[in-house]
Amino acid sequence: MSRHGAKRAAAAGGGTSRDGGSSGVRGAGRRAESDIEVTGLYKIFGARAKEVLARAQSGVGKDEILAETGQTVGLHDVNLHIKGAETFVVMGLSGSGKSTFVRCVNRLIEPTAGQVMIGGVDVVGLSADEIKALRRTRMSMVFQRFGLLPHRNVLRNVAYGLSVQGVSKEERWERARQWIDVVGLKGYEQMRPSQLSGGMQQRVGLARALCTDPEILLMDEPFSALDPLIRRDMQDELVRLQRELNKTIVFITHDLDEALRLGDRIAILKDGRVVQVGTPEDIITAPADEYIEDFVRDVNRSRVLSAGLAMDPVTALPLDTHPRTAQETLQQERRRFGFVTDEDDQCRGLVLLDDISAAVRRGDRDLAAVVRPDVPTVRAGQHLDELLSIAADSRLPIAVLGERKRLLGALTRRNTLAALAGNWSEGGAMESTDNDPGNGRQASQKPEKRDA
Amino acid sequence: MENWLAECTGSFGRILTTFPEGCQIPLREWTNDLLRFLVGQFGWMLDAVSDRLLFLLRYVELSLLRLPWWLVIAAVALVTWHSSRRRWLTVGLVVSLVIVGFFGLWDDTMRTLAIMLVATTLTVAVGIPVGIVMATSPPLRSIINPILDLMQTMPPFVYLIPVVFFFGLGNVAAILAVFIYAVPPIIRLTNLGIRLVDPNTVEAADAFGATGRQILWGVRIPLAMPTIMAGVNQTIMMALAMAVIASMIGARGLGAQVLRGVNNGDVGMGLEAGISIVVLAVILDRVTAAYGARLDPTQAARA
Ligand SMILES: Nc1ncnc2c1ncn2[C@@H]1O[C@H](COP(=O)(O)OP(=O)(O)OP(=O)(O)O)[C@@H](O)[C@H]1O
Ligand SMILES: [Mg+2]
Repeated sequence: MSRHGAKRAAAAGGGTSRDGGSSGVRGAGRRAESDIEVTGLYKIFGARAKEVLARAQSGVGKDEILAETGQTVGLHDVNLHIKGAETFVVMGLSGSGKSTFVRCVNRLIEPTAGQVMIGGVDVVGLSADEIKALRRTRMSMVFQRFGLLPHRNVLRNVAYGLSVQGVSKEERWERARQWIDVVGLKGYEQMRPSQLSGGMQQRVGLARALCTDPEILLMDEPFSALDPLIRRDMQDELVRLQRELNKTIVFITHDLDEALRLGDRIAILKDGRVVQVGTPEDIITAPADEYIEDFVRDVNRSRVLSAGLAMDPVTALPLDTHPRTAQETLQQERRRFGFVTDEDDQCRGLVLLDDISAAVRRGDRDLAAVVRPDVPTVRAGQHLDELLSIAADSRLPIAVLGERKRLLGALTRRNTLAALAGNWSEGGAMESTDNDPGNGRQASQKPEKRDA
Repeated sequence: MENWLAECTGSFGRILTTFPEGCQIPLREWTNDLLRFLVGQFGWMLDAVSDRLLFLLRYVELSLLRLPWWLVIAAVALVTWHSSRRRWLTVGLVVSLVIVGFFGLWDDTMRTLAIMLVATTLTVAVGIPVGIVMATSPPLRSIINPILDLMQTMPPFVYLIPVVFFFGLGNVAAILAVFIYAVPPIIRLTNLGIRLVDPNTVEAADAFGATGRQILWGVRIPLAMPTIMAGVNQTIMMALAMAVIASMIGARGLGAQVLRGVNNGDVGMGLEAGISIVVLAVILDRVTAAYGARLDPTQAARA
């Protein structure tokens, strides 16, 4: 929760850099009006949808309905609240209803039953003209197979949404140029889509979607057709853009790694039903059923788990603590080190029990002489993959800091590895009775299996 | 055998051996009455159409005949080169045209070319809009489709009769006969081209809130252009195939030369005129096909 908050804060903080000047790019600040609230959404493909709907509503599953009636259940009682300015990922295997779901949001597919409220207006009840107006101005879409217009060049593709709106040629080309620039395609304005690589084509698709400055971005497996390296690039690009733009993004993928990288929250669909909704960490740490466990099994946890989740509580010792008191405290808590804090709870460094004992023998009055200020620090929101190298190089525990550098806990090599291996206790921390900064290197080679 | 059958079944057996005569369907009378009625009521309209077409045809024909032959050949060379950028094709077509001139068939070739140009222009000008209407309206599609089937299966000689009936022998009748023969493929291909545009592309336009009209004119029709051009190409080819038949109802030009060859048993004359028709066909085919390929949006625009 707090970890998530940190990510959010970072995202909001970046919003100012492009605000000046460019008309098409606007910053944060639109929230509730671009919420998407989906309630009781059903989609049944087939001629007798209404009849079949009753069966589905009484709880009959997709497979049975298909066997009995020959009709396909695309979505089954989907309830989701997608918040404004969040990146909401919908994940599931092929045929689970992901594409059907996004298309129900902009009504490229007509829902059979249910509500899709956008900023308090039920999209399902809108007339054909109203929904077109909504698509023109408030939401746009990026497609798996790009969906570019092959007879238009890059510039005119990007400007397409504006030309549909009837914006004058000079203005729409000017705005399209800005977005072409943002996605890094300057110089390609006159090319046809067929002359571009897949990655470049999808940049065009992204620029086209952003060019109308919509609040909501619907992305149906936008990167699935790209090869892995390009896909990584595009994901980074999207993260970068979203940091500035704060759109409400509904992102479809079948790739868990992608979902974890991009999603503020993730919903997992199976046979048209939502089986779990939660933050990436929720999904990894508490998969709701075997279906999700299967997904999660091979995932690279280091990208998802944050320092804040893996850290242990620590003993914080104010700088002016008498060494004898410090020694007693550590011995009571059976720890071999503690962190020194100042009056603002900020971390000043590490003290080892052995050093404190020496200080006691010397007759010091406080911990100033024994504190080691060069302790490595990380932010609670940082993911483990960013700090693995620090953890591997450092012989000391790593201090985990929260806002205004307040000390929250510590990471040792041991609990880092344990978290990566999938062992942790509820509440986010592992009890540590035997942190061993002195012999950590050996200890970390063989992390013990511990059941939470 | 017949007697045996008649004996066994008595007077009733007549019905089995000869077709019952009492009840006939007088389609022939009906048709003729209808045509007479139409001529009576709408004669002025037919005359107006006829006059316009004739005027247009005269204009084109005279222009082609009055232009110096070398200018026509130069123009053909230029258009061929512009459309296809193929050097040897251009040279080949120029040489063929010169040979046609040496056959002494230059004027007839220009007359045929004029009829073909007017007939195909008319066909395309009617066919493409009908194809578009057909693609956008399923009810109209189910009405137009059987009509097209009829037009395509009916032997050309059958509709030559009413055409002559309405317009008399001559060039206008020939143009309309060509029209009836050649219009189905352009209608069908326009319709198909528009409907078979990649649904992903159409969906994308839809997702940006494009109206039906914006999707039709901005996406479907441009993307259907290669198919529509294939239809134009088909139309021209079919029009040329009608050249000889058209001359049976009074069109002048190469077809008439072929007919004279047939009537006089002059195989050589028929061959010369036939070759000239083929030369025209190749020119028109290559040029329209090349322009069609250039309209293919998936191909990069050439510099
Ligand atoms: N137009 C349609 N007519 C009938 N059934 C359909 C239609 N579109 C989708 N379906 C069915 O609805 C279900 C969900 O399809 P959907 O395309 O939403 O899946 P998806 O999760 O996007 O899969 P993928 O990862 O393959 O894109 C599938 O069982 C599919 O067969
Ligand atoms: Mg899909």
